[in-house]
Amino acid sequence: MARQNRRDFIRNSVVAGGIALSAPVWIEKAFGIEAGMAVASHIPRDGWVNLGCPAHNCGGRCLLKVLVRDGVITRIETDSREKDTAADPQLRACLRGRSYRKRQYHPDRLQYPLLRTGRRGEGQFKRISWDEAYDLMASKMLEIKEQYGNEAFHVPYGTGSYSHLNGRWPAARLINLFGGSLDYYNSYSWAAISKATPTVYGTGVCGNQRQDWLNSKYILMWGWNPAEMRDGTNSEYFLKLARQNGARVVCIDPRMTLSAVALADEWIPIRPGTDTAMMSAMAYIMIREGLVDREFIQTHCIGFDKTQMPKGLENEESYTDYILGNRDGIPKTPVWAAKITGVPAATITRIAREFGTIKPAMLYQGYGMQRRAYGEQPVRGGCVLASITGNIGIPGGWASGIALQPGGGPFWSIFPTGINPVKAKIPVFLWTEAILRGPELTEKEGLIGVDKLSTGLKFIWAVASNILINQHSNTNRTAEILRNEDLVKFIVVQDQFLTSSAMFADLVLPACTHFETWGLEDGWKYGEEVFVMPQIVEPYGESQSDFAICAGLAKKLGLAEAFTEQLDERGWTKRLWDEFRQLRFPELPDFEEFLKSNQGVYTVPVEHPEISFADFRRDPEKHPLKTPSGKIEIFSEQLFRMDQPVEIPPIPKYIQEWESPFGPEADSYPLQAIGPHYMSRVHSTHDNIDWLQSAFPQRLFINSVDAQTRGIEDGDEVTAFNHRGQIHLPCRVTPRIMPGVVSIPQGSWSHFGKDGLDEQKNVNTLVSERWTPLAFGNAQHTIMVEVKKR
Amino acid sequence: MAKFGFYFDASACSGCKTCQIACQDKNDLPVGIRFRRIYEICGATWRQDDQNTWVPEIAAYNISVACNHCEDAPCVKACPTQAMYKDDNGIVAVDPKKCIGCRYCEWACPYGAPQYNKKLGIMQKCDLCRDYLADGKVPVCLSSCPMRALDFGPLDELQKRYGNQTTLYPLPDGDLVGAGWVIKSHPAETKAKELSARIINPEEVKNG
Repeated sequence: MARQNRRDFIRNSVVAGGIALSAPVWIEKAFGIEAGMAVASHIPRDGWVNLGCPAHNCGGRCLLKVLVRDGVITRIETDSREKDTAADPQLRACLRGRSYRKRQYHPDRLQYPLLRTGRRGEGQFKRISWDEAYDLMASKMLEIKEQYGNEAFHVPYGTGSYSHLNGRWPAARLINLFGGSLDYYNSYSWAAISKATPTVYGTGVCGNQRQDWLNSKYILMWGWNPAEMRDGTNSEYFLKLARQNGARVVCIDPRMTLSAVALADEWIPIRPGTDTAMMSAMAYIMIREGLVDREFIQTHCIGFDKTQMPKGLENEESYTDYILGNRDGIPKTPVWAAKITGVPAATITRIAREFGTIKPAMLYQGYGMQRRAYGEQPVRGGCVLASITGNIGIPGGWASGIALQPGGGPFWSIFPTGINPVKAKIPVFLWTEAILRGPELTEKEGLIGVDKLSTGLKFIWAVASNILINQHSNTNRTAEILRNEDLVKFIVVQDQFLTSSAMFADLVLPACTHFETWGLEDGWKYGEEVFVMPQIVEPYGESQSDFAICAGLAKKLGLAEAFTEQLDERGWTKRLWDEFRQLRFPELPDFEEFLKSNQGVYTVPVEHPEISFADFRRDPEKHPLKTPSGKIEIFSEQLFRMDQPVEIPPIPKYIQEWESPFGPEADSYPLQAIGPHYMSRVHSTHDNIDWLQSAFPQRLFINSVDAQTRGIEDGDEVTAFNHRGQIHLPCRVTPRIMPGVVSIPQGSWSHFGKDGLDEQKNVNTLVSERWTPLAFGNAQHTIMVEVKKR
Repeated sequence: MAKFGFYFDASACSGCKTCQIACQDKNDLPVGIRFRRIYEICGATWRQDDQNTWVPEIAAYNISVACNHCEDAPCVKACPTQAMYKDDNGIVAVDPKKCIGCRYCEWACPYGAPQYNKKLGIMQKCDLCRDYLADGKVPVCLSSCPMRALDFGPLDELQKRYGNQTTLYPLPDGDLVGAGWVIKSHPAETKAKELSARIINPEEVKNG
């Protein structure tokens, strides 16, 4: 049998023009694979298979071409479709996708269910059987439901596995059938931006399809870094094409990012958390010099100046009042902003003139600036600059804000999770507070659906989530909360590795990779495509798909039929594929035929990119926005009515952050730290991949000016610390970051020492758990630290 | 017999290293052996003014280099055992049976192309994916680039399309060794020279 497989393989390879390869020694060693191992009948033949890249929460969705030999993945390539046009570009995977064999065959992958033996968080486990694991989990669920009710359950945010069938969705479905759980709203990625954008436009769907970027003449890449976080497969490539079409690109960012080097004509370093100050000063110049689009403002906006304030609020401070300092006595001049932002006044003035005169123009804001103390402000500020320059609803323009693409989709997941009988929802970031003081939470902490919770969280089931420790703020505090077994009674973590969150589990369930099960994925933020992800290799050890794990548990709970609807992973994939035909792509081929074709991805070329707000632009009376006024709300009456003018002003304002270089905390911790996405990881996924570690090692990036005053040299081991903790890591002394700012890429796994404190390289150890005022979002990039040589 | 080469557009390279990883995957390379390397070039001075603002004078770009399969290949000349050789297509390759791992080729090469494999005790290097070429495919790095900053083909065709530039600061003059590639500069190259920019990621390109 095995021999026949190999012969078939070689024959197929010759026909396909491929190369016969043997499994590398490191794979065989790690997995104890014997050459010629038989493969199950449902797994595809040996040869090249096209399929979606395993879905994590990167901004990309790419096509992989995977060479399977005797049931082992031996090589990974990417989209090689003959045509590579702007309308239908190749979906080329990045280094993370290309290195996936190292993750797939990593010696640390979980093989068996594990039961905690030591104290929680110590990382002592013993192997148990699936039957024991299901029995234990089911009995704990029933016990806790009996004692505390379903509000005590929580399936936290987790994006480590993000296909339509895998990840937290099946767990959410099962727990809903079980009576529900305390749900969350919002995300760790986009809390402030998804809340603040609709306060201006009444919707988050305010982007244009990316092919339209080629029509732009001026692009402000404001804290936006598509080359590193991707933000849609090919976004960086579309920017290259836009430049070839004559667009000038300016990057405003504390770091001279990969994007700044390859995509921008100019890099302007700015102090983190001060973006709204620069935006305000740009507005000052544009107002003073008559560079705003008066007509568009008059017909499409409210709140710009005193002539267009909402009824009854005529005497409130308008945007122009704020910019000119009519009320507070502080004109928001470039000189004022220079001191705050660190950007010279002349530069701010020049950029204001460029943005005010070159048409059409885009201000594309990244998401890092909104994961900050007052992250709502730069979002509204960016939208206002786009609006007052009239760049709304036109080709080559851009409305700023979250800018979801028009036309419906991508969907992230259409797997039916069912209805949650528990009506209460918390902001995603506040789960630690729901553990500590659930019944005390009110609408002031963003609780919705109920007035009060009946209990704190008692049962956590984290699937594909490293949020429990690693990706949440203030790691040492979080660890302390989770260690207390009187608070959360039972923690289940379901993942592929013993992540820092899994170290805090009572029960660890081994999930297989996307190559080992079925799934579907469509774009992340952009794109007109859907990928199929067939199972191409056997699951490792006793690991199972997220769906199968949930199905096994459902059986113990007597919910098997309701959960599976008698479909397996392949059956569900087909059902979801067929739903895509209904929801998004009417021409989508038959599932079985598409599988046979081995295309991996179905794409719809975009010849005529859709522009958000085009109708509104043409006729604002006939096509009003979904805002209360029907217009672009530079002044938001809704926000005004919240009556928290200092932290939630009705017009976008610069507000000094609660940890800032201008506050007293800077005496002890004078450096601003930011935790950007890193090339070697998708958040915390891939942190253990040696090829990626060697390409982009975890480091602290510090400017030569700051290094010199601290006696630090390139490559030195340094300690970054504040009153919340300390982390140790090597440093890179580089001119590619602004003085006064250090960068510690987020996602490196925490590891707790004997004293119970995180001593590794996780920036979240240094971060406050305080949330943003309007969105209750994570302000994880607002950090002050000091750095010393170790 | 065609002479093949790479085209590299430094103005479009973000330094994402997808080409490096794709190559490591295709060739099953251990950590520390990179047939394709990405050099980060950077030079800068920072100036603080009276408004407490910071203004950089900065130049930064990346150079992605595999092997340029030089016409007058110094590595071939330096090899005492004739393990390093040029094949009929002008591809510089190592005969693992002849290589004694003396590393003379490594010292001779201006691009750091020959990589020493400690475990095997021999040199290894980019062979332009000649197994792929034989099958009518292009080298794996080329088709990996998310920015489409790489191209490949017969050198004369590349020169027709992209010109004859073989040197990019701070690399040595490619014409001296007949480097078989064509380069497009990054706009910051002139400034990089003025600022005496240097390779600032030595540990990320170091063999070993």
